[in-house]
Amino acid sequence: MKTNKKTRLVVIGNGMAGIRTLEELLKMSPDEFEITVFGAEPQPNYNRILLSPVLSGEMKFQDTVLNDWSWYEEHNITLHTGKLVTKIDRKNCVVHTKEGGAEGGLAIPYDRLLIATGSNPIMLPIPGINLPGVLAYRSIDDVEKMLVVAQDKTTPSKRAVVIGGGLLGLEAANGLSLQGMEVAVVHLCEWPMERQLDKVGGGLLKNELEKRGLKFYMSRQTEAILGEDKVTGLRFKDGEEIPADLVIMAAGIRPNIALAKLANIHCERGIVVNDTMQTYDPKIYSVGECVQHRGQVYGLVAPLFEQAKVAANHLAEYGRMRYEGSAVSTKLKVTGIDLFSAGDFNAGPGDEELLLQDSARGVYKKLVLRDNKLRGAVMYGDTLDGPWYFQMMRDETDVSEMREHILFGQMHIGDSGRGGASNVANMPDSAEICGCNGVTKGAIVKTILDKKLFTLEEVRAHTKASGSCGSCTGLCEAILANTLGDYSAKPSKKALCSCTEHAHHDVQEAITKLQLKTIPELMKALQWKTADGCHVCRPALNYYLMAAWPGEYQDDSRSRFINERVHANIQKDGTYSVIPRIWGGVTSPSELRAIAEIAERHEVRTVHITGGQRIGLYGITKEQLPKMWSELVDAGFVSGHAYGKALRTVKTCVGSEWCRFGTQDSTAMGIKVEKMTWGSWTPHKFKIAVSGCPRNCAEATIKDFGVVCVDSGYEIHVGGNGGIKVRVTDFLCKVETEEQVLEYCGAYMQLYREEAHYMERTAPWIERVGLAHIKQHVVDDAAGRTELYARFLKSQTYSQDDPWKERAEGKDAHEYQPLATIA
Amino acid sequence: MPANKKQSRAWPAPTECFGLTITRWNMEWLQIGHIEDIPRQGSRVVQTSSGEIALFRSVDDQVFALNNKCPHKGGPLSQGIVHGTRVTCPLHNWVIDLESGVAVAPDEGCAHRHEVRVAHGVVFLEVKAGACKAA
Repeated sequence: MKTNKKTRLVVIGNGMAGIRTLEELLKMSPDEFEITVFGAEPQPNYNRILLSPVLSGEMKFQDTVLNDWSWYEEHNITLHTGKLVTKIDRKNCVVHTKEGGAEGGLAIPYDRLLIATGSNPIMLPIPGINLPGVLAYRSIDDVEKMLVVAQDKTTPSKRAVVIGGGLLGLEAANGLSLQGMEVAVVHLCEWPMERQLDKVGGGLLKNELEKRGLKFYMSRQTEAILGEDKVTGLRFKDGEEIPADLVIMAAGIRPNIALAKLANIHCERGIVVNDTMQTYDPKIYSVGECVQHRGQVYGLVAPLFEQAKVAANHLAEYGRMRYEGSAVSTKLKVTGIDLFSAGDFNAGPGDEELLLQDSARGVYKKLVLRDNKLRGAVMYGDTLDGPWYFQMMRDETDVSEMREHILFGQMHIGDSGRGGASNVANMPDSAEICGCNGVTKGAIVKTILDKKLFTLEEVRAHTKASGSCGSCTGLCEAILANTLGDYSAKPSKKALCSCTEHAHHDVQEAITKLQLKTIPELMKALQWKTADGCHVCRPALNYYLMAAWPGEYQDDSRSRFINERVHANIQKDGTYSVIPRIWGGVTSPSELRAIAEIAERHEVRTVHITGGQRIGLYGITKEQLPKMWSELVDAGFVSGHAYGKALRTVKTCVGSEWCRFGTQDSTAMGIKVEKMTWGSWTPHKFKIAVSGCPRNCAEATIKDFGVVCVDSGYEIHVGGNGGIKVRVTDFLCKVETEEQVLEYCGAYMQLYREEAHYMERTAPWIERVGLAHIKQHVVDDAAGRTELYARFLKSQTYSQDDPWKERAEGKDAHEYQPLATIA
Repeated sequence: MPANKKQSRAWPAPTECFGLTITRWNMEWLQIGHIEDIPRQGSRVVQTSSGEIALFRSVDDQVFALNNKCPHKGGPLSQGIVHGTRVTCPLHNWVIDLESGVAVAPDEGCAHRHEVRVAHGVVFLEVKAGACKAA
């Protein structure tokens, strides 16, 4: 039973994970908690990832503060900084500090405790480790001490030695070098960053850093740090000595579990938690680098944020989310060096390696495949495709059909307008990243830093970059990664929208499994967080229900985007376009005359021939629409669905009827296909073309479904796209008869209708599931194909009522009339 | 607009039903229709000499009125998807809070709101230059 009393929540650790959990918690239940935070450092919560730019002088400490003092005040959070918690009394539910209270120590009772103590740098047990001038690289305090030495004007040349050539060590070395120090890196292994890079990639990185003035001592072990009252140098196991004014220990981090251990909370390498981030003591939760989850300890920011979300959800007693581990990728945050690694990049037995090495361009890529799926990637010099590989790794996409091109990146598979710009690190600030919204790299970087953003969604919300067509998503992720360094592209399971934790796939599955038949039922069963969803989820749910229950589901017009609700395409000034269907692009003088007369009668401002072989009438007001439709319907036209996520056009050439090269009657074929498919709703728009010969005048190889006629039959191509990102179709198969073309077309469309995510064109759908999957269901499995085709035809019996005719006859009249007019 | 044919509703005096011209309730409040004329999770437009006003009805039957113009590029908000007490502009997906007229962060701007009251199902609108509730 919950009482009116607020739950007392104590947080040990004022770092990124602990405070992120509080932020998530305050979003969900702003008034339920009385919160106390303990921080060992004297500063408010700052962004530890940005220590490197502070060290290199690219940023000031103030810029890294995530939540300043006023934030704690605003949310009534009691903050104790610079106070070390020394004991957790689990029996009485109290935490103790050594000092800070009236009688020496503070004693704060809790109902719930969150341990977010992070990790400690590993200080090697060697002689001299405690000398002044030996520092870790963990806190802003360490950085400030380094800067004091580096900027000390009394000694002209200053030498720093960094022990550890991992991610952190190299960033420290780079920063100190930029501060004018002579820097040497000592590393146990043969090449730097061996946990993220293979030998070749590591070698390239080492060369580049050497060019920048760093000195490397590889495969060397430090025996002792030398010096009397301060550090003067260090000695290797082989006896060689090198001088040093500053020694940085960057040999790794270790979860900080001392406090938890003292309280007898079960720990292994870290504090052991379950999928709800709960420790073995049910009142105590833990998040961040101190945690061990399913045997895994994380030291990157993205997993911490995922954990924070889950922990907050359970603290707020929503009890819905589970943390299932994170896939992580790594970037080195050294200006001008592009490096990416993810997954398992050392090929084991049975694995295949794909390699690309271009020394002149300084580019190296290695992909590791197992069973035609990506398992790991290392990239150096050109990392633009990192997020793409990472996504395929997590989607477990079958890449067998694209392995010839996969190393050359997504751009090779098709992208226009980027001008080959791929090295994000070296792009000038003025480079335009998002062409739709005119956002430059500089603007994105500035927003990320100013607004303290961490995720692609946040970048999208604040800058609009990648928010329209989405083709620059990879670039934006690369910039985010490059700015923040450590970043994992997307959570492995992407929620449909912020109203739910469920992904598209979960929703599609639940609809059939739980026999859900209306949007409210669906929202209830899947515990939607909002009363009636949002503009992102409602159209998706409406589509999924419609696709799952043809004829049974009552379309919800309130969950349709305006274009589909009023069956016309809204224009920038609020008027609409009207585009009647012209079967297969074939028209006649009488049809043209009818359109001309209607256009004249309604004083249409623009008459335009569309790219899909039709005639578009523009500038029609909403009130005019039903009248105009009724005239078009009388002249024999039906809606062209130019406004819908539906079958758009079937483009044809004149084929064997006229063309001296034509092999089949592509025009008649196209009309048959269009008569079969028109009116069908699909996850996104769907375009078809039929070309009469391989010269392909109907451009069938950039359509969602393309037919290319040849002498011996019909080639079927799928997954093309002529839009923002040009993608040439994949060849699916060859068939011999028109009937087969219709059957394969229907089956393929139905598979797309049933399986693709809402708002996913066939091109990204095929890239996600792999062509092999499509081939299996549409080509190889004949019985399955027959069933898909039958389901498509059944669904079509309910969707081929002309929406214009219905509205011309008065359906939804309120949509087209004002409620009142006030003189 | 065409005369409303539905005579069965019980209107408060002094008006009987909707006519071509709008009856003035008092100096500022205009009776503009019945709540059932606005679809739930939907919107209808009132045309005025100073531009269009969009009336929204939320899923729980609250009624709001804003200028039918998105602060971003002037898109007709009345054509957007209504969810909770928000509407999403059909042109570029800005989300506008119906209670205040203010764009939901991080977007910035305000579609001016108008006072609206519902009594016995009858919707009254205060027509004057709208003001922003929130800053």
